[in-house]
Amino acid sequence: MKSFLFPEFQVFRDENLCDQCRGCERQCAFGTHRYDETQDRMISDDFKCAGCQRCVIFCPKGAITIRPTPSSYRPNANWSREKIEDLKRQAETGGVILTGCGNDKPFRIYWDHIVLNASQVTNPSIDPLREPMELRTFLGSKPDFIDLKVDGDHVDIDTRIGPNLMIEAPILFSAMSYGAISYNAFNALARAACSSGTFFNTGEGGLPREMREEFGRCAIVQVASGRFGIDAEYLNCAAAVEIKVGQGAKPGIGGHLPGEKVSQSVASTRMIPAGADAISPAPHHDIYSIEDLSMLIHALKEATNYEKPISVKIAAVHNFAAIASGIVRAGADIIAIDGLRGGTGAAPKAIRDNVGIPIELAISSLDRRLRDEGIRNRCSIIAAGGTRCSADVIKAIALGADAVYIGTAALVAMGCNLCQKCYTGKCNWGICTQDPRLSGRLNTDIAAMRLSNLLAAWSHEIKEMLGGMGINALESLRGNRDHLRGVGLYEWELDVLGIKGAGE
Amino acid sequence: MPRRRRELYNKEICACSIFGAMNRDGDRFKGQGVIEAIANMHVRGNGLGGGFAAYGIYPHYQDYYAFHVMFTGNSWEAKRCAKQDLEAFLCENFDVVYDEEIPHGDETLVSDPPLVWRYFVLPSKSGEDANRTEEDYVVEKVMWVNTRIENAYVFSSGKNMGAFKGVGYPEEIAEYFMLDREYDAYMWTAHGRFPTNTQAWWGGAHPFGLLDITVVHNGEISSYGTNRWYLEMYGYACTLQTDTEVIAYAADLLMRRQHLPISLVAKILAPPIWNSIDRMNESEKKLLTTLRMVYGPLLMNGPFAVIIGETGRMIGLTDRIRLRPLTAATRGEMFYLSSEEAPIRLISPELDSVWTPNGGEPVVGELKNIRMVKDEVIPLS
Repeated sequence: MKSFLFPEFQVFRDENLCDQCRGCERQCAFGTHRYDETQDRMISDDFKCAGCQRCVIFCPKGAITIRPTPSSYRPNANWSREKIEDLKRQAETGGVILTGCGNDKPFRIYWDHIVLNASQVTNPSIDPLREPMELRTFLGSKPDFIDLKVDGDHVDIDTRIGPNLMIEAPILFSAMSYGAISYNAFNALARAACSSGTFFNTGEGGLPREMREEFGRCAIVQVASGRFGIDAEYLNCAAAVEIKVGQGAKPGIGGHLPGEKVSQSVASTRMIPAGADAISPAPHHDIYSIEDLSMLIHALKEATNYEKPISVKIAAVHNFAAIASGIVRAGADIIAIDGLRGGTGAAPKAIRDNVGIPIELAISSLDRRLRDEGIRNRCSIIAAGGTRCSADVIKAIALGADAVYIGTAALVAMGCNLCQKCYTGKCNWGICTQDPRLSGRLNTDIAAMRLSNLLAAWSHEIKEMLGGMGINALESLRGNRDHLRGVGLYEWELDVLGIKGAGE
Repeated sequence: MPRRRRELYNKEICACSIFGAMNRDGDRFKGQGVIEAIANMHVRGNGLGGGFAAYGIYPHYQDYYAFHVMFTGNSWEAKRCAKQDLEAFLCENFDVVYDEEIPHGDETLVSDPPLVWRYFVLPSKSGEDANRTEEDYVVEKVMWVNTRIENAYVFSSGKNMGAFKGVGYPEEIAEYFMLDREYDAYMWTAHGRFPTNTQAWWGGAHPFGLLDITVVHNGEISSYGTNRWYLEMYGYACTLQTDTEVIAYAADLLMRRQHLPISLVAKILAPPIWNSIDRMNESEKKLLTTLRMVYGPLLMNGPFAVIIGETGRMIGLTDRIRLRPLTAATRGEMFYLSSEEAPIRLISPELDSVWTPNGGEPVVGELKNIRMVKDEVIPLS
């Protein structure tokens, strides 16, 4: 059937610069570039280009430019190009439209409507280059009070504090499974987490055995509805266990790792046959209600001898705050909430673009809900989905999060350009693929260094902003909405965020 | 859930002078010296707030809670209504053994004074309240008055002590309430205020207190929002729109309800930095790490120097990087705390010792032979 779709991108090649080295041809797994012997020149098939910019960056002559195709339909505010083309694609295939990465629709990005405070006169700002500036954070349940016995100078602590994760900056790597991402990318995340004093999340694809001894101590291992790769050693080698109930990019549905991506190594890590589709059901089939979740939380605590905090990750949806409160009461030590703009390796586009609520609103309402119920200290909140920079992190903290998970930002640090073709398994950057030819492109050492650099840079920036507010410990900013003001927001949005408008 | 309106409060920001004097033998003295000392720091205030707390002033009523209540409002009618409402509430929940207007001087000394009344009361608990401690009961009722009864504000609620405060320079407030001649106390704390951004309100002056704990404070708490939500979880209503209030409530929560010694309370309000904690021996490290993990939201961040008064004890504390001044001194049985050294020298030219406490390090003066009676720890919900 003839496709009626435009190409998404146009490839421009400067013929004066190109010397037909065929580098672009080798770089592109989508087959965009081809050498034509008869003409002795490179030619491109725009229809295949995903816009990942790999060839642009790796062309030794700088001869290539990729830009969105200028062809356009008659302008129509209702029938946008995307709507028309999605519809055509479905008319041609009869299928669900898949996509990768997070929601790219112009929902309001609240981070960009919130401004931070700074000290002037009455309260000296603090220079982090000269004064201590503390970002250390503990994730887990804290008791209401400490019971002590004081005997002269000697103090005995009678209260037992549950297991907590200690991080040196409030940023963790979000769940990205081996299988969805390449071994090298997975390994780079683990290395960077260990060297930077934070944690990476294995996602639902298990933790390869050879990584457990070295990287288990900085791993949060996931237990998801597919139960892939779970055994006692997997749970016990980790720093924490996370039950994945939902994901911001696709709340309410499960996951599907196509058999083509299930290599021998992925298969043995996940404990499934090689080449078989790895399907995670939409619900956990042993969790149909909150008491079932409570049983799973306690089963995992038993399995890990009460030495690991148990996290529960849910997508931020309409009534999630009440649900999260129930989850805390069910025994979770950490609640991870994943917002509307959370990323994914593959999700139906209709779900990704239409389900869930923005993380900024979610953080604020969850924090307030737990405070109202007097149980805020019983759990930590990790916010995921939509963090792009250090300022987003600090705003998340001030809205009430204890820490943030970064997924997309970490991938971008490694080389991802958000072409949204993760589900094809043809990632030219070697991140979201199991093709050894492609994944070998990602140098683990360099990728790990780029991730560590990102964490270091964000930490510096957070310290600068914190010092500017006259605060020298991050715990004093947590839930401290005094330091935020909204710009260009409606009254109801300010109410939900619990912040004043700028100038108020 | 119904949508909750965001709050549009204005947090008060002020710079201030603070002063405290205590006779550790428990001998009582008039307020004259303290008034002179705080007046000596006149330029640290701007006439928009002054106040005093005096301990040991009601020996005849020492077993009763002394409520100092102000009735504000634009008209006599408003004040009278507030007083009626308050008295109806008191009669329901307390036995009032004596009440009177707090004696004061000429009203032209100050601007727009409220009606200030004192009540000596005993809790009259009934029903479900029977099992609660007296102090928890009193705290809850005080919070109730301050949040629910319009124009009535209980600003002092301890036994055998009282706060006096208002809009004006501290020496004017002292004159108005005749502190130099009416009261004998073994401990006085004083405050002169320099607010930057708010309308002067009598209730907004220092000291702030709950039961017998009072706080005078110089500084700005940048962690206010965080401290506040934590305290609200434990039932403290932060109604006064000032950061000093959270220090008073934190002191009440930690010292009275959770029975932590002041040395540890200081380590919660102004903890050592992690770099120092990491270098400590195992048991200290464990203790301080635990305190910071559990009580992190009570860390008071930003510049502050405070004098916390409670029965038999006066405590000085600055923030952990000491961004506000505090000087301590002793002379015989007298113990002084002050923003500056000069006022101490003014009233006691000869001193046995004078020193500047380190940031985050509490200085504590205690009555000799004091016996503190501790109850059991009360588990929180």
